[in-house]
Amino acid sequence: MPSLNSTGQPTGHGWRTSLLIVTAIIALPMLVIFASLLLPFSTAWQHLFETVLTDYVTNSLILMIGVGVGTLLLGVSAAWLTGMCDFPGRKILSWAFLLPMAMPAYIIAYTYTGILDFSGPIQSLLRGIFDWQYGDYYFPQVRSLSGAICMLSLVLYPYVYMLVRVAFIEQSTAVLEASRNLGKRPWETLFQVAIPMARPAIVAGVSLALMETLADYGTVAYFGVNAFTTGIFRTWYGLGDLTTAAQLCAFLMLFVFALILAERWSRQRLRFHHDSAQKKMARMQLKGWRATLALSIGILIVSLGFIIPAGQLALWAATRLQENFNGDFLSLLFNSFALASLASLCCLIIAIFLAYTKRVFNSRLELGAVGVASLGYAVPGTVIAVGVLIPIAWLDNQIDFLSKAWFNYPTGLLLSSTIGILVFAYVIRFLSVALNTVDSGLTAIKPSIDESARSLGATPARVLSRVHLPILRTSLLTALLLVFVEVLKELPTTLILRPFNFNTLAVRTYELASDERLIDAALPALAIVIIGLLPVLLITKSILNERSTNE
Amino acid sequence: MNNQLILDQVTVKYGAMAAVSDATFSLAEGEIGCLLGPSGCGKTTLLRAIAGFESVSTGSISLHGEFISTPKHTKAPEDRAVGMVFQDFALFPHLNVNKNIGFGLNNLSGKEKNLRITEMLELVGLASVAERFPHELSGGQRQRIALARALAPNPQILLLDEPFSNLDAELRTQLAAEVRSLLKKNKVTALMVTHDQDEAFAMADKIALLNAGNVVQVDTPYKLYHKPGSLFAADFIGKGAVINVGIDAAGLLGNNLGSLSLNTLPEDFGNTVKLLVRPDDIAYDDTSDTKLEIVSKSFLGPNYLYELALNDGQLVPCLTHSHVDIAVGDELPVQFDLRHVVIFNSD
Repeated sequence: MPSLNSTGQPTGHGWRTSLLIVTAIIALPMLVIFASLLLPFSTAWQHLFETVLTDYVTNSLILMIGVGVGTLLLGVSAAWLTGMCDFPGRKILSWAFLLPMAMPAYIIAYTYTGILDFSGPIQSLLRGIFDWQYGDYYFPQVRSLSGAICMLSLVLYPYVYMLVRVAFIEQSTAVLEASRNLGKRPWETLFQVAIPMARPAIVAGVSLALMETLADYGTVAYFGVNAFTTGIFRTWYGLGDLTTAAQLCAFLMLFVFALILAERWSRQRLRFHHDSAQKKMARMQLKGWRATLALSIGILIVSLGFIIPAGQLALWAATRLQENFNGDFLSLLFNSFALASLASLCCLIIAIFLAYTKRVFNSRLELGAVGVASLGYAVPGTVIAVGVLIPIAWLDNQIDFLSKAWFNYPTGLLLSSTIGILVFAYVIRFLSVALNTVDSGLTAIKPSIDESARSLGATPARVLSRVHLPILRTSLLTALLLVFVEVLKELPTTLILRPFNFNTLAVRTYELASDERLIDAALPALAIVIIGLLPVLLITKSILNERSTNE
Repeated sequence: MNNQLILDQVTVKYGAMAAVSDATFSLAEGEIGCLLGPSGCGKTTLLRAIAGFESVSTGSISLHGEFISTPKHTKAPEDRAVGMVFQDFALFPHLNVNKNIGFGLNNLSGKEKNLRITEMLELVGLASVAERFPHELSGGQRQRIALARALAPNPQILLLDEPFSNLDAELRTQLAAEVRSLLKKNKVTALMVTHDQDEAFAMADKIALLNAGNVVQVDTPYKLYHKPGSLFAADFIGKGAVINVGIDAAGLLGNNLGSLSLNTLPEDFGNTVKLLVRPDDIAYDDTSDTKLEIVSKSFLGPNYLYELALNDGQLVPCLTHSHVDIAVGDELPVQFDLRHVVIFNSD
């Protein structure tokens, strides 16, 4: 906490300076990416234009449109069923709909590949029943653009579901009744009032899902789809052209910024849609075949998004458990946990610093700085990795040059590919997760609480230790957990920046899957999914609380 | 006159609990009615039953000669020609004023629809806000737009659920008078719900007083105030105190209150009666020998409201000019004026 003088006013410019330095360091990789546009465009661009660039753009666009529609349909249906209707099984479904969040897209992608490909259980069964041979029948190809759209939609719809469900629940019943009163049937009310009123929540949810779509590398790479992220990887690893990779990143960021704007705009609109005092729940009671249909739709969505792939992973993991549960796996676990713990601690400390600075100073400069620092959630991990790599490589070269010149000793690449650099990239990407949690916890502590503690004779330090920390404890733990899980799941950043021969659960899963060793990949994948369930449980808890206050 | 709305022994249940039982009430065409009562008395439930949001378990509701709610059949809300102004106005936040008002005009062509919207906007005097969104309107404007929206489809009855409760006190009385004259001018049959008797008096031709799910009295505002049919009505409506007074066969009251003429008394009055004493039934009189101790007083601007103790300690109110300023603990000379006092049998 910044030092306060006797009247409680913040003193010292040290805090502001350190805030600006922290923000500048966090913003550096992004600035590097955009600065790359000022560099001359290499001949690689000629090649890109002639061959794959159109593919990158069109495929990424089709992917976004497809996932946008997919998450919209799945998310809004799920939100409508559990937020506005009532039928047997609704309560279980209302948290089960969140389960797919635990499933990273690249894991569900390779699991379905295993389930649906030629030698998988489904096609084998069909051949067995109908006595077909290879080529006798048509079967949709999972490893395709439309396959990627399905996979991403299945695991990203919870973003839409969560926001839209809250929007539906908070909609005033009076407004829906007003629509009936003015002569609209229930279905007309749904499409003319309830869904349009939830539009800001829908836009915000879909924007978040699309940010994840743009950030995805594992799925598109595994399915062989030429999208922006795969293009950046290929330019860097294939052509070894970091500048062109950075320039591609900058173009990718144009899409990202459009999404950020859409999301911020819609969150602002959300305010206008909450002016009702009446929030009495009047769920539509579904009976008979309608209730059966609702339950079936729910079970279908949850099965496709979680139960089937998780079950398949568990089966695979069990068949090879004895061979695969060995020292290598334990060291994978250790690496992943150590890395995730380190990164989440760093995020938490910086988040506390930023949140307090914002609270105490709360002027335009601080708000702006904090806003910049929390943009990372929207930036694809691939972009951050390239943005980190360039300045660090430059720094390494300088050190190497100086060291050779002064001591005649080549240092090589001192900083590149170290754990520290990897953690730095994680912090940029996931700081906003921690910051949002800490910030909302801190906002809940009204300034009057500080003032009353001070007037009761507590020093600022005592206010922090006796009042703030106990109140914030849950928020701080939540922040740690959320970042921990995000880091554990993150694939592209780790792939690009990890030290040589340093493996994590995510990287190992991806490598094994890419080598078509799907069954061996199941154990690390399952570990990620199980740990990924922790935040889902947290959100479930808050849904359960909301239920006890609402019903 | 034809009855536009008839509630016949309506009971509405939430599970096993009856929120309203055996409510009977009717409104003639063009009449403005009011359901008045304390919170939880079932008045809003009754209004929602008329709108079709609740089903009746006994009795019936008919509108313009057609049964719209019976235990066997509840006509869907969207199929009833019932307009409703909601307590929080329930304007659609995603639609501008024009579209809010046009929302219920499904059967009109585009041109007719626009004409009707313009007509409604002029009716409520808000043509200037046609393009605005609900969050850009003031509370009073929202209320009038909600009114215009409910009236636009030309409903057979307009329901208003606590229509003024979301507005500040000053705006409330002004708008109540405005809304009444607007409804009267357009011959709209309307039924409002409120817990505020001042609103009810300002708006209604006819008031149904509800208590604990029962209609206890249906009367004009004047009669409800001056001729309350029950102790509950006497207590709920207006200021005043109900006191127990001894009485002899000739009508002479105890406590030096004077006497009541026998023809105003119920036939079989006993040794005591209950009297509803309004503040204007006891007048300040400098020359009077009857002096009562002042227990408390409150300054109302033009008046003082005194609380006085009778000989036996029961308290009665007294309204004086605010220039009559006597300290608490001293005595106030008063004259009893029992011509309008309401008498209940003591039981």
